[in-house]
Amino acid sequence: MLDGAEGPAKQKAMDLLVRYGEALGAESFVDVTNIAGVPGSSTLFLHEYYKERGGGSFEDVFSRFDLDSDETVPFPKVGGNCCHLQGGVDPELWAEQGKSREAFEHQQEDEAEVVRHGIKVLKTCTPYLAGNMPAYGEHCAWMESSAVIFCNSVVGARTNAEGRESTSAAMLTGKIPDWGFHRDEYRRGTHLIQVDVPVESVMDWGMLGYFIGDAVQENIPVVAGKIGQPDLIRHKHFGAAAASSGGVEMYHIVGVTPEAPTLEAALGSKTPLGTIHYGPAERRRVYESLNSNGRDLNVDYVMLGCPHASVEQIGEAARLLAGKKIRSGSSLWLFTSRAVKSVADLHGYTKTIRDAGGLVMTDTCSAIGRMLPEGTKVVALDSAKQVHYLPAIMGIEAWFGSTEDCIRAALTGRWSGELR
Amino acid sequence: MSILSKQVAPAKIILHGRKVVGGCAEGEALVTRETISGWGGIDPMTGTVIETHHELHGVSFQDKILVFPGAKGSSGWSAAFHLSRIAGFAPKAMIFTVMTTKIALGAVVTHAPSVTDLDQDPLTVIETGDWVKVDGDRGVVEVTKKA
Repeated sequence: MLDGAEGPAKQKAMDLLVRYGEALGAESFVDVTNIAGVPGSSTLFLHEYYKERGGGSFEDVFSRFDLDSDETVPFPKVGGNCCHLQGGVDPELWAEQGKSREAFEHQQEDEAEVVRHGIKVLKTCTPYLAGNMPAYGEHCAWMESSAVIFCNSVVGARTNAEGRESTSAAMLTGKIPDWGFHRDEYRRGTHLIQVDVPVESVMDWGMLGYFIGDAVQENIPVVAGKIGQPDLIRHKHFGAAAASSGGVEMYHIVGVTPEAPTLEAALGSKTPLGTIHYGPAERRRVYESLNSNGRDLNVDYVMLGCPHASVEQIGEAARLLAGKKIRSGSSLWLFTSRAVKSVADLHGYTKTIRDAGGLVMTDTCSAIGRMLPEGTKVVALDSAKQVHYLPAIMGIEAWFGSTEDCIRAALTGRWSGELR
Repeated sequence: MSILSKQVAPAKIILHGRKVVGGCAEGEALVTRETISGWGGIDPMTGTVIETHHELHGVSFQDKILVFPGAKGSSGWSAAFHLSRIAGFAPKAMIFTVMTTKIALGAVVTHAPSVTDLDQDPLTVIETGDWVKVDGDRGVVEVTKKA
């Protein structure tokens, strides 16, 4: 491929992957059969930037940005199982999101190109809930840190935290550097986390993940102790949080995750580099840290669905909002994938939420799309990951609590969450 | 004796490591012991760190030799630093200690000469404000301590 015999796009893609592999110190490539990225999509800034330099088409952005090429190359239909992760704007509620018709139409054009090139349009950070669930042991090239950690830890498939450029190159070549989580020895745990306080609720799983990410950074935690059996939603919130406060790309829970039947198996017979305890004092400190961006108790925006909500989570929000009204002047936006929303529509959840004054949106979120209801100063969030990012990106105050705390804030306009 | 000689001629310190991205660059060091988030942790359009609790919060890395442990957070790391290059706010070079896919790909697409696996800890040897030359191809870092 590198010699150009398979066309210029594959040549440019291999050139980038070789430079990337050398940077890592990898010695070879591994074949990948499942690739999730954000190929060719551009913000208006990027689009304009290339337009001013005589380009701006989808293939131009894909070549010059994604493949880091100095020229535009034709981009053939991809092979294999490739999907597009989250985008920048809801295809129906873009005006409510404060986006221009130009931004909406630009996204529609990009999306048509993604379809034309044979890439599944899932438009979500939770592809595993929307039509792309990898298999145990499958070599993947995924980006989106919350999806990467899920893929490695919960499924037992194999991916590094790839980036936009490497996933786009992998879509064309089916290759990625054989490094890190593709290799058995790299997947073993490095740090033991002893949980000394009960962790049951989704909120508690999010806090534990946030604590662990900060404590182990990019290492691999093995979690043991007073924890119940997490369901998919708890894994989703735990992993997303650990990947935000640190760089955790894989975790083990003894007796729960597929590569940790025992503590010895999780550690690969190595002695952990450290043992870290999580007790009531640590739990309190994480809660306070997650609420350190909040001062004003008047909440004008509640954002749910980070990572994108499952059908059950939308159902829970609908149950809490049924027959009630969100306070005038407040907004509630819940983000999910198009696939999950279609089921929520069918069950009447979307309508129940809308009747209460909230909106179920797809494709994006406030952080990815940089979008807030007009005049937002204080947001309430049930996701440790979103608390980590949104105040920094949008310059607003934030409160962290349970889904119930957040919905109460939407109904009353006041934050009244506390650590129970 | 040692104090005097330091005052007369600022010592150059040479560190040897491994190429991540080739090319040469020199400039003023910006050092942090904390890992940096790309997407959501920096503003590529101004070249500043925006992560709320980061010790470099509000500080610009534009045209600096960025000396740090490495990358954390979102897999949008590479795209964020890539965008900072296009917008004209990228660091001139990168020196880091912990290899990850985020930093490797990020350094490649930022076109920043980069080295790692140095024979001395760059986070100890180099201080913010030191003048640093990075030769990516040879994996050599030359540090001139600030006066």
